[in-house]
Amino acid sequence: MALRIPRTLYEQLRRHGEHTYPYECCGVLVGQFNESDLKVVTAVSPCGNTRTDSPENRYHISPAELVRIQRDAALAGNDILGFYHSHPDHPAQWSATDLAEAHWTACSYVITSVEQGAAVLTHSFVLVGEENDKRFDDEAIEITEP
Amino acid sequence: MSIEILIPTPLRSFAGKHSVVEVEASTVGEALNSLTTQYPDLLKHLFSEDGKLRSFVNVYVNDEDIRYLSKDATPIKNTDTLAIVPSVAGGL
Repeated sequence: MALRIPRTLYEQLRRHGEHTYPYECCGVLVGQFNESDLKVVTAVSPCGNTRTDSPENRYHISPAELVRIQRDAALAGNDILGFYHSHPDHPAQWSATDLAEAHWTACSYVITSVEQGAAVLTHSFVLVGEENDKRFDDEAIEITEP
Repeated sequence: MSIEILIPTPLRSFAGKHSVVEVEASTVGEALNSLTTQYPDLLKHLFSEDGKLRSFVNVYVNDEDIRYLSKDATPIKNTDTLAIVPSVAGGL
């Protein structure tokens, strides 16, 4: 399984993390699952981080915003493929909290490390398994050029 | 009456790979009961062992969270859309 994303959208989600630094950013990846287990991103929906109590190390997307994005995606024949967020001054690696709070099996969780306000690494992880034995597997990101 | 339920990506494999399932129901509880009767594999993904909606599963009638309406007893009409949305969160 891999995540294919146009360069412009890839840069958009990385810039989002720079814009919200030193707080975490978050958003939704929309597009299509193709038959060869490739996720093709066609749109990125930046979301607000509702964890205003601890935005420097937590993120949460409002379910109401997810409902709207899911509905709009369905109307356009698309799906929610995954999510992205940033780790301010921390590695682009999933944390125990990221795994505990991940519930979208088969979807991508993209993490960008933002160091001193500049996006550095961006990695993707796919959630596999069921709730009691879930895990993140590394997932390749294929960036397509315009 | 017939109600559409939007199935999120991770639950489709337990719902016949459908993104939308139509059920006959007049309340949210009836709709979810009908959905899980039709697709029993969904049960454990939506409800905990005590029969309550799992804490990370959100159910919306149009743009309203049923937790802030009348939960299972929330009435629905055939122009309403039910959406199931697992939560999205995390952090360092």
